[in-house]
Amino acid sequence: MLGSIYALVALGYTMVYGILGLINFAHGEVVMIGSMIAISVVVTIGTGSGLPGPVVVLAGVGIAIPACMLLGALLERVAYRPLRDAPRLTALITAIGMSIVLQNLAMIVWGRQYISFPPLLPSEPHAVLGATVTGTQVIIVMLTLALMGALLLLIHRTRLGRAMRATSQSPALAGLMGVDVNRIILFTFMIGSALAAVAGVMIAGYYGQAHYHMGFMLGLKAFTAAVLGGIGNVSGAMLGGLALGVIESLGAGYIGALTGGFLGSHYQDVFAFAVLILVLVFRPSGLLGERVAERA
Amino acid sequence: MTAPETLLSVQGISKAFGGVQALSGVSISVARGSVYGLIGPNGAGKTTLFNVITGLIAPDAGCCTLDGRRLTGEPVHRVVQMGIARTFQNIRLFHQMSALENVMVGMHARSRTGALGAILRTRTVREEEARLEADAHALLERVGVEAHANDPAGSLPYGLQRRLEIARALASRPNMVALDEPAAGMNASETASLRELIVGLRDGGTTVLLIEHDVRLVMGLCDRVAVLDHGQLIAEGVPAQVQADPAVIEAYLGAPAAEPGARAAGRPH
Amino acid sequence: MPEARSAAPPAASRAGPAGSPLARSVLSVLAIAALLLAPFLVDALLGRAWVRVLDLVMLYTMLALGLNIVVGFAGLLDLGYIAFFAVGAYLYALCASPHFGLHLPFWLLLPAAALVAGLFGMLLGAPTLKLRGDYLAIVTLGFGEIIRIFLNNLNAPVNLTNGPQGITLIRPIEVAGVSMAKMHSIGPVSFPSLYNYYYLFLVLTLLVIFVSARLQHSRVGRAWVAIREDELAASASGVNTRNLKLLAFAMGASFGGIAGSLYASFQGFVSPESFGLMESIMVLCMVVLGGMGNIRGVVLGAALLVTLPEALRYIGPLQRSLFGQVHVEPSDLRLLLFGVALVLVMRWRPAGLWPSAVRRREFVAARAAAGDMPGGPGISTDGKPSP
Repeated sequence: MLGSIYALVALGYTMVYGILGLINFAHGEVVMIGSMIAISVVVTIGTGSGLPGPVVVLAGVGIAIPACMLLGALLERVAYRPLRDAPRLTALITAIGMSIVLQNLAMIVWGRQYISFPPLLPSEPHAVLGATVTGTQVIIVMLTLALMGALLLLIHRTRLGRAMRATSQSPALAGLMGVDVNRIILFTFMIGSALAAVAGVMIAGYYGQAHYHMGFMLGLKAFTAAVLGGIGNVSGAMLGGLALGVIESLGAGYIGALTGGFLGSHYQDVFAFAVLILVLVFRPSGLLGERVAERA
Repeated sequence: MTAPETLLSVQGISKAFGGVQALSGVSISVARGSVYGLIGPNGAGKTTLFNVITGLIAPDAGCCTLDGRRLTGEPVHRVVQMGIARTFQNIRLFHQMSALENVMVGMHARSRTGALGAILRTRTVREEEARLEADAHALLERVGVEAHANDPAGSLPYGLQRRLEIARALASRPNMVALDEPAAGMNASETASLRELIVGLRDGGTTVLLIEHDVRLVMGLCDRVAVLDHGQLIAEGVPAQVQADPAVIEAYLGAPAAEPGARAAGRPH
Repeated sequence: MPEARSAAPPAASRAGPAGSPLARSVLSVLAIAALLLAPFLVDALLGRAWVRVLDLVMLYTMLALGLNIVVGFAGLLDLGYIAFFAVGAYLYALCASPHFGLHLPFWLLLPAAALVAGLFGMLLGAPTLKLRGDYLAIVTLGFGEIIRIFLNNLNAPVNLTNGPQGITLIRPIEVAGVSMAKMHSIGPVSFPSLYNYYYLFLVLTLLVIFVSARLQHSRVGRAWVAIREDELAASASGVNTRNLKLLAFAMGASFGGIAGSLYASFQGFVSPESFGLMESIMVLCMVVLGGMGNIRGVVLGAALLVTLPEALRYIGPLQRSLFGQVHVEPSDLRLLLFGVALVLVMRWRPAGLWPSAVRRREFVAARAAAGDMPGGPGISTDGKPSP
């Protein structure tokens, strides 16, 4: 559940890292802004219009996606492209700076409070194989799977996907072979941002609320998921996201029993980081990744 | 060169990367005070052997000893302490440090100052620092980089970077220095002065292990030569003997022997 | 620390690079006078609140110089550095507050904070030794967050840290029986608490600068920079990279621990929210913005980033005078402008505001040498272009 959201966000990290070697710290904020936009749309047209809930939500998604794609493109064009050849630390600090900027812009626009997502989606629980799930949860999982399938098709079956793969292998060489590298990188950011928008709406639907500060922790965890799966590896990000979701909920559920009540479920966030550290220390390539070659 | 005594002994080194056997059962022994050449076509395993000797890569089998002390299994910096310093095929200098500082880093293994000493800067520390600096200047003088002592290493022209890297290797006062294609990319006059430098090293008692593509340089300079091909030692001996070896001619020397000294121009890196 | 060096031998023998020895010593005297009078001047010109800012500048300078050892010298990107600040702060808080009823003296706690934080530095550094670049950054980030989460939750079942409420009523520092928190007067001049802390912090900051500079220009500092530039080549030059990286972590962390313990007593309370990732990033920005690896640049970066948010408070009154009303709350704008400033500086001055001389030359050289490949213009031994 949570895992599928992590996976969607992780995809954005992993695609950008795969091509630019950059941790796009601002990606979590894109998710947050997608979430905020969707809620605004849903609240505006949803109250009193009498349209059915799912239609209203779809409209929200429909507006959040292009908005986030634009934002992603803007990020790439304005902040990252001028630094393509700069030291990595410079790009990293810029990413952090953009993250701060977006977060605070969102705070100014939407305020400091939690804003809540109207209960438009089916939330009555169903019993499936002994577990209780709601309609929203089912939708989230189905949608995630569909999007991942589409992404894999895009990457492995289309010209654009081939160009993306070529660029991530070697931007210089891809450029020589006639690939418009700038365009590909821009596309990568836009696709990642579109997925982020969907994830943002899902989170809003899942928790029923959104907050200007939520992108940060979410981004960190999604990045963990990307690393867990093997950063730069698209299928790895999907797997890592799902795995992290499972580890977190299981861990939070059982930590009390494991430590004899010493540590409680409020240590849930520790799991993401503990997993991250263990993976990086013992298997830096992640679950599916190849070993990252030493940069000479 | 009477009664050659073995300094470096390489015994039965094998190493595979994935499915590729980079080295299989290579054994050589390098006499103290000699210049030993290691040649072979690209991909023959020369640099891999270097990396095994200097501790960068652990071999699958076999071991190396220096003066009878086992090198294999020691971390890289320990190998330097034990007396082998090296250069890299694709020069690896500390670009943002000055040429002088590069050489002084090379002296790390033979100096003592720790954090506390550095903070307190006691008399011993100051003396050590002054000694290192003087030695570093002398080394830069010797390789002809003294005029650029305070320039960042990354800003030096290519030929000087090669020389600076040799100076950094010599800074640890090694018993043996391993040079990985020192003449690569050099023109005739630069190669000539490199040759003088290597002869000077040998005459000063430093053993030299040399990977080189410039056949004329290797044959003219080395006391003994080993030829690697596909990870196997196919010939070993004095240059004349190796040059006449049919296996060598077939594997490697064929083309270059026709036009001696000519370097494969567009050799890919 | 040019002052310290010229103080040892009479500086006449070596002509200073900047002007005559006389001009130099006049400058030094002026600088010392400015540092000594700073709180009085700032108080008179800008108000008491800015003396507090001045104190914080010192505190963050120490912190940033600690991180500079790890990131600037050794090139180990640490995103969880604030954890060591937290360790120092909590150590002081727990040992000098009613929480455990302990009231250990300052002179004991300060070195203890340095030591314990240094130990933590090695402990957290050890598993990361084989990681590099971004991976290292993420692992240290994880460690930083884990420490914060523990501080936040270790109030049950045993109340160690008092959880999110933090620890209050921390004892102010006493040096030789003189409490920093009280007003003291010498003759007609009175020293309020903020002044006392200023002088204490000034002494310690100068000490930290001194230690940093000594380390930088030593065998240890050279080895760190070598590791930063090319770790493999460093080890092939005989540098024990494992030990030196651990040493960098430990030294950096101990500076952080010192700053943390000072912070705890200065504020009088500590709580986990002061030690979030944002704080780590803030300190990193001080280091990078000022000019990584250059001590002066780092001091400048710390001073700028502490004062900038304070100065941005004036945006409120500015809006009122320009537009007649406050459109955007200044507190909302502060971080936004901070983020914009970060992005702009990285865009136009990627080496920082005050990069070290070599680094600056290097940036120029890198641009010039774009096409200079093997086989390019050869240079013979005497440094002249060969035919």
